Amino acid sequence: MVLFAAGSKMAEIMLDNTDRRLLRIWQSEPELSLADLAERAGVTALKAGRRVAKMEEAGVIQGQEAVIDWRALGYVVAVSLRVTLDKTAARAFEDFLEGARAIPEVTEIQTFLGRVDVRLHVIARDLGHYQQIYRQRILTLPHIADIESLMTLTEVKRDEALPL
Amino acid sequence: MIELDEIDRRLLRELAADAALPTAELGRRLGLSQPAAWRRVKRLREAGVLAGRRLRLDAGALGFGVTVFLGVKLAAKSQVNLADFERAVSAIREVQLVEHVLGLYDFRLRVVARDLGDFERVLRRRIMTLPGVGALEANVLLSEERRPGPI
Repeated sequence: MVLFAAGSKMAEIMLDNTDRRLLRIWQSEPELSLADLAERAGVTALKAGRRVAKMEEAGVIQGQEAVIDWRALGYVVAVSLRVTLDKTAARAFEDFLEGARAIPEVTEIQTFLGRVDVRLHVIARDLGHYQQIYRQRILTLPHIADIESLMTLTEVKRDEALPL
Repeated sequence: MIELDEIDRRLLRELAADAALPTAELGRRLGLSQPAAWRRVKRLREAGVLAGRRLRLDAGALGFGVTVFLGVKLAAKSQVNLADFERAVSAIREVQLVEHVLGLYDFRLRVVARDLGDFERVLRRRIMTLPGVGALEANVLLSEERRPGPI
């Protein structure tokens, strides 16, 4: 599922201050019911409902997802793997990404313009488990030229809200 | 630690795709009654596995065309108060994610901006002026996939 692609052709829809206020409040408290959201934004529930429906229809609001805390499931290790691919291989990206998608412990895959080609977010139960995934699943992926890891010590801020 | 059965795993996959799914519909998809589905959701919530919701917005359609992943190395580490740096960087609205990491960099940031010009402004005025910032590496996001994870 591609959540974001630069250069997407989608036109920017016109939002007014009410729309932005609704999005700002809902972003920071996604558990709010439509009625509570309307009250916070100082509009009627009917109006809030119409605005939300309009933004859903335009694809601005794509839905809501549950946030899973992997630590609560025992996955306490998180590593960012920054991969450089051998771009002389014609299908380097396709083959690598296909292989990465087949690894259950890979929770995010990003591609970049820059020194790094691909980033994989990998979670594991402990360092032994991580080492096993790294050796048996990651290092065997095709077309890797170089790989660097950043191990997460603390998540200081995780707030994927947009600065609307 | 909480143990998951196959139904819990399917439930988590369904809610990760659509957290607004009514419990009745969730139950129908899993072959459970509404109260049974609700009890499972409650249990996963209480165990901290279901840790809230996130609104999925189209950043591009809202005018945020650029996302950059930044690696930040602190200069003269002994002189820098990590807590000060973390507080200051977390206060920047365009910074969506801050991780203290072990490796080539000290911090990993995710920064959203309207375009590259706007990103440059955030970088120069807000990030490069933070206390203790040393080397930086920027990679511009081209595409992103969220995977279901090991469930």
